Amino acid sequence: MIIYLKNIFNDVGKVTLFTTQFFREVFTPPYEIKEFIKQCYIIGYKSLPLVTITGFIMGLVLTLQSRPTLAKFGAESWLPGMVALSLIREIAPVITALICAGKISSGIGAELGSMKVTEQIDAMEVAAINPYKYLVVTRILATTIMVPLLVIFADGIGMYGGYIGLNMHSDVTLFRYTSQVLESITFLDIFPATIKTFFFGFFIGMIGCYKGYMAANGTESVGKAANSAVVTASLTIFIIDMIAVQLTDLFF
Amino acid sequence: MIQEKTNTDSQTATNKNVPVIEIKDLYKSFGKNEVLKGINLSVNKGENLVILGRSGSGKSITIKCLVGLVVADKGEIKVFDTDITKIDTNELNEIRIRIGFLFQNAALYDSMSVRENLGFTLKRHVKGLSPKELELEIREVLENVGLADAIDKMPSELSGGMRKRIGLARTLILKPEIVLYDEPTTGLDTITSREISELLLDIQKKNKTTSIIITHDMACAKHTSDRLMILKDGVIHAEGSYEELEKSDDEWVRSFFS
Repeated sequence: MIIYLKNIFNDVGKVTLFTTQFFREVFTPPYEIKEFIKQCYIIGYKSLPLVTITGFIMGLVLTLQSRPTLAKFGAESWLPGMVALSLIREIAPVITALICAGKISSGIGAELGSMKVTEQIDAMEVAAINPYKYLVVTRILATTIMVPLLVIFADGIGMYGGYIGLNMHSDVTLFRYTSQVLESITFLDIFPATIKTFFFGFFIGMIGCYKGYMAANGTESVGKAANSAVVTASLTIFIIDMIAVQLTDLFF
Repeated sequence: MIQEKTNTDSQTATNKNVPVIEIKDLYKSFGKNEVLKGINLSVNKGENLVILGRSGSGKSITIKCLVGLVVADKGEIKVFDTDITKIDTNELNEIRIRIGFLFQNAALYDSMSVRENLGFTLKRHVKGLSPKELELEIREVLENVGLADAIDKMPSELSGGMRKRIGLARTLILKPEIVLYDEPTTGLDTITSREISELLLDIQKKNKTTSIIITHDMACAKHTSDRLMILKDGVIHAEGSYEELEKSDDEWVRSFFS
C-alpha cells in the first residue's frame, strides 16, 4: 500500500516537472518552427478524414435518433437547433477529442517511446540539441492548436450530417436549415465549448509525449507507452469535460 | 585488409602529459545495484583507449557519464579540464559539441533521410551555412565513410554495417576532438567488423581524435587500441597494452584473449 502511494506521488511529481518544463521551454529560443508546422500537418491535416467521417455520422445519427421523439410532441422544427446545440456544446468536442486521443496520443506515445528505446533521444542530447524542445514542445503546441480546429471542423460536418438526416424524412433547404441552426445558438454556447477543446488538445499532446518520453528500455515499453497514453488521455478528457461543464454552469 | 596499428607511439608520447579525459572515484548505482564502484581513468590527447569487460560491468555507463547522459552519484569527471559534474546544461552542451558519441545501434533518426540525419546537427551548431555549403559538408563526411551514394536513403533501407557508418558520419560531422564508441562492431559480420575497425583507425589518424572504444570484439580491440582497460565488478581490474594483458598472470584477464 505504501509502495503504491509512493508510486502515485512519484508519478504526480514527474508529470508536474514535465509540464512545468513545457512552459519554461515554449517561450525561450531557439524555436523549432519547421518541426511545429510538420506536426500541425501530421496531427491536423492527416486526422481530417477520420474526423470528417465521425463528425458526419454523429450529426446524421443524432438527427435520426432524435426525430421520432420530437415528432411525437410536434416539435420537429426544433430538430436543427437541438442537433446543433448538442454537437457544439458536448458531442463534437468530446468525440473528436477521444478520436484524437486514440489516433494522436497513442501515435506520439509510440513514436517517442521507440525513439527513447533506440537511443535516438539520447543521440540528440549528446549532440547538444534539446530533445524536449524539438520533440515535446512542438507536439504539445501542435495538438493544442489543431484539436480545437478539428473540433470546429467536426461541428460543421456534423451539422451537415444533421441536414442530410433531416432530409431523409422531410424536405428542408440548406438555407432554411442553416438559419434555424444559427437562430438557436448563441455566443455562450460556442465560447466555453471551444475553450475546453484547447485543454483537450494540450492534454492529448502532453500525455502522449510524457508516456513516450518516460518509456523504459525495451521494446515492450513502446506498446505500453502507446496503450497507456490512450487510456490516460481518454480518461483525462472526461475529467476535463466534467470540470468545464461545472465551471460553465457556475459562471454562465 | 586491416591496417596494422602504425607507429602512433611517438605521437602518443608527445601528448602523454595532456590528459583530455580524467575520471576520479566515479560511483553510480541504480537502486540497490551498484554499477560503478570507484572508476579511475585518464585518456591522453590522441590516444585510443579500449575498455573491455563482461556485459553489465559498467562500460557503457562510464562513457554515458562522460557526456552527462547518466548523472554520476559521486566522483569527478574532467573533460578538457572542466569538471562536467559541476557545470550547467549550457556549459555541458558546449563540451558535448566537442565530443562525438557512436551508439551501439547507431541511433539514426528513423523519420529522417541520411541527408537530414547529418544536416540536423550541423544546421543547429554551425550558423550561417548556405544550403550549398551544407550539402558539401554532408557529402564530404559521407565520402569519408564510403557511403556517398546513401545520401537520399532512409535508415530503414540501410544494412547494419551501413547504419554504423552513417552513425559514424553523423558523429564526425562536427569534427569532434573526442569520439566515444559504444560497441562499434557488435552485431556485424567479421568482414564488416574489420572494415569498421579500419575506419576507426583512419578517422583517428586523419582527425587526430582521442577515442574511448567499448567493445567485446577482440580483433577490433587489437587493431584500434593504444591501451586497454578491463572492468570487473564496477572497478578497473587490469590495464595495459594488448600484448601485456594477453600475457597477464591473471587467468580471468587472459580469458578475454583466448
